Amino acid sequence: MERKVILSARDVVVKFRVRDRVLTAIRKVSLDLYEGETLAIVGESGSGKTVLTKTFTGMLESNGFISEGKIFFEDQDLVQIKNNKTWEKIRGSKIATVFQDPMSSLNPIRTIGTQITEVIIKHQKKNSKEAREIAIDLMDKVGIPNAADRFNEYPFQYSGGMRQRIVIAIALACRPKILICDEPTTALDVTIQAQILELIKNLQKEFGFTTIYITHDLGVVANVAQRVAVMYAGQIVEYGTSHEIFYSPKHPYTWALLSSLPQLGIKGEKLYSIPGTPPSLFYEVKGDAFAQRNPYAMNIDFEEEPPFFMITESHFAKTWLQDPRAPKVELPSAIRDLHATIVKIYGKEGV
Amino acid sequence: MTSKEVLLSLKDVTITFPKGKGVFTAVKDASFDIYKGETFALVGESGSGKTTIGRAIVRINPVAKGSIEFEGKLISEKLGMEETKWVTKSIQMIFQDPATSLNERATVDYIISEGLYNFHMYKDEDDRKAKVLKSLTEVGLLDEHITRYPHEFSGGQRQRIGIARAMAMEPRLIVADEPISALDVSIRAQVLNLMKTLQETKGLTYLFIAHDLSVVRFISDRIAVIHLGRIVELANTEELFKNPLHPYTKSLLSAIPMPDPILESKKVPLFYDGSEHDYSTDLPSFVEISKDHFVWANTKELESYKKILKI
Ligand SMILES: Nc1ncnc2c1ncn2[C@@H]1O[C@H](COP(=O)(O)OP(=O)(O)OP(=O)(O)O)[C@@H](O)[C@H]1O
Ligand SMILES: Nc1ncnc2c1ncn2[C@@H]1O[C@H](COP(=O)(O)OP(=O)(O)OP(=O)(O)O)[C@@H](O)[C@H]1O
Ligand code: SF4
Ligand SMILES: [Mg+2]
Ligand SMILES: [Mg+2]
Repeated sequence: MERKVILSARDVVVKFRVRDRVLTAIRKVSLDLYEGETLAIVGESGSGKTVLTKTFTGMLESNGFISEGKIFFEDQDLVQIKNNKTWEKIRGSKIATVFQDPMSSLNPIRTIGTQITEVIIKHQKKNSKEAREIAIDLMDKVGIPNAADRFNEYPFQYSGGMRQRIVIAIALACRPKILICDEPTTALDVTIQAQILELIKNLQKEFGFTTIYITHDLGVVANVAQRVAVMYAGQIVEYGTSHEIFYSPKHPYTWALLSSLPQLGIKGEKLYSIPGTPPSLFYEVKGDAFAQRNPYAMNIDFEEEPPFFMITESHFAKTWLQDPRAPKVELPSAIRDLHATIVKIYGKEGV
Repeated sequence: MTSKEVLLSLKDVTITFPKGKGVFTAVKDASFDIYKGETFALVGESGSGKTTIGRAIVRINPVAKGSIEFEGKLISEKLGMEETKWVTKSIQMIFQDPATSLNERATVDYIISEGLYNFHMYKDEDDRKAKVLKSLTEVGLLDEHITRYPHEFSGGQRQRIGIARAMAMEPRLIVADEPISALDVSIRAQVLNLMKTLQETKGLTYLFIAHDLSVVRFISDRIAVIHLGRIVELANTEELFKNPLHPYTKSLLSAIPMPDPILESKKVPLFYDGSEHDYSTDLPSFVEISKDHFVWANTKELESYKKILKI
C-alpha cells in the first residue's frame, strides 16, 4: 500500500536557553507522519514528546528554538516560518492540539457556546447564526447531551469529561488535517477516558484527519495507535507498528518501559522499575543515552551513538544490540509473551 | 494475612456538605472494616466520594451519621487532647498530587518535621534530626536532600517526600489518596514498590484510593467499589476480578486500558448509568452474597447474581 506522507521532520534539533546555559531537548529527530494514521509517541517524562510536537505548530516557548533540521508540511518548511501571521494559517486550522488539562484551555468566564463559535466565525467566515448551528452540531457530535440547551452554560457547569469533549470540539471546528492529542485523557477516569478515545476514533473515521497521541499510558496506546514511536532523552529510539512495539520490541528502553507496567504486576512480587535517571540535557550525550541504565549495555554503548537498524520495513530500532556483531539477547521474560501473560493475569479474554 | 484483626471500622457512615439551603450527601451509609496489615482499596470515578471518606477517617470531614472506630475506639466524635494526638499520629494521609501537596516555601527538613513539632514527638533536636533522616532513608532519599525545597525534586521524589512526612509520625494506618495517578509509568513502579516494602517492614495498613482497577489489583487484598457516594460492591481482589456482580464494577473492569493491542482491539467498553436498576418497589440493600463478597442489590438482582455465582 502506497502511503502519503503528510508531515516529515528531518534531523530536528531543539534547544532551550535556561539562564546562561543551553539544553538540548530534541537531538536530531526524524519522523514521517502518514495521512490518516494514528501515531502514538510514548516515553519517559522529559524525553521531549511535547517539545517535538510543539515544533509542528510553532508553539515553542520563547526561550526555545529549532537550531537544525527541516519540517515539511504542504510543500513548505515549517522551520523557516518566522512570523505569527503565517503560523496562524496553520496552527489550529491545519494542525490543532488538544492538551491535558481542559480547564486551562477554556476561558472560565465565557460561555461554552461563544468559545466554539468564535473559532468558527474567525476561520470559516460564517455569520454568528450559522456558526451557532455548526457549534451545536459539533457539540452533538462530541456527545454533549441537549447541546442546544447547554450552549449558554459556563465551563464550571460541565464535568471534567464534558469539558475535554468541548476542547476536542473546538480543535475540530477548523477541520484540521492533523490533530495532536497531548495526554488528552490522563486527568480523566478510566470510564470517561474510554469514551473520549472512542469519540476521537469515530470522529477520525468521519473527518479523516491524522492523529498524534502523546501519552504515558501504554493501555491507551494499545487501544488507539497503528504506529508507535518511543522517545528517550530527546530522541526517537524505536518505532514500528503497534504490534511490533508491543509484541517484539527491540530497544532495551522499550523493554524496560513495558516491564514496569503495573498491569503486569504479579501480586506479592516487586514491579520492575528502571534504575537511575536519564542523562542531563545540558551536556552532550556520549554514546547511547540509555547506556547507564541499561543492563544489556556493551562497551560500544558508552562510546558511540548507535544508528537505526532496520528490523522490518516498518520497524526500526536505534540500539547496538541489533548490530550483527552483538550477542543475541532475548526479550525479558516478563514481556516475552505479553498477550498470553495478560490473558493469564486477568483470567479471561478482554476483561 | 494470617490474623483478621479489625483496625478500622466504618458503620453506616453518611457525609454531607451544605448546598444552597439544603445539604448534599456525598457519602451514603458506607460500611466496611479494614484489617490490620492489609491493603484495602476504594475505587470509583471522579466525584464518587473517595477522598471524602479518606478525609473523614483523618477527621477533616465530620460524619453526619454513623460511626468510625479505630482500634476499637470511636473516633468520629469530639475527642480529648490526648486522644486527638493519638489518632492524628496513628492515621496519616498521602495526597494525590505531589505538585501541590507540599509547602513550596519550606525545606524538606521542615516538611517532614512539621508533625513532630506539632505533637512534640522528639526528645531533643538531635532526636528530631535522627527521626527525619530515618524516614528520608526509608523512602530512598539522601541526607543531602534535607535542606532542599520541593520544586528542586522530580514528581516521584516529591511523592517520596510526602510518604516520608507520613512515615515520620510512625502511623498504623495510611490513607493513600491516588498516590501514583500523577506520576510517570516508571516512577509509579518505584512508588508502589516503596509502599509495599514499607508495609512489609513496618506492618502498616493501607487504605488505597484509586480510579484505576489495574493498579489496585496488584497492590490490594480487598476492593470496595463506590459509585455516587454508595459502596456498590466489596470483595477480595481475586474474587472481584473473577466474579464482578454489580454492573458498575463490570463497567470499571471493562474500561481498564490494557497494554495489549490484541485485547484492546476486541474491547467492548460497558457503559453504566444506573438505568438498569428498578428500585421502585423492590428496594436494594448491601448484602453478603457469598463469603466476604458484598453487593448493593435488591431481591430480584440478588437472584440473578446468585445464578452467576452458581449458588
Ligand atoms: N521552556 C523550556 N525551557 C527549558 N527547558 C524546557 C522547556 N520546555 C521543555 N523543556 C525541557 O525539554 C525537555 C523535554 O520536555 P517535554 O515537555 O517535551 O517532555 P515530555 O516528554 O513531554 O514529558 P512529559 O511526559 O512529562 O510531558 C525536558 O527536559 C524539559 O525540562
Ligand atoms: N468541601 C466540600 N464542600 C462541598 N462539596 C464537596 C466538598 N468536598 C467534596 N464535595 C463533593 O462531594 C463529592 C465527592 O467528592 P470527592 O472529592 O470525595 O470525590 P472523589 O471520589 O475523591 O473524586 P476524584 O476521583 O475526582 O478525586 C463531589 O460531588 C464533590 O463535589
Ligand atoms: S482554534 Fe482557530 S482561532 Fe483558535 S488558535 Fe486555532 S486557528 Fe486560531
Ligand atoms: Mg509532555
Ligand atoms: Mg479524590
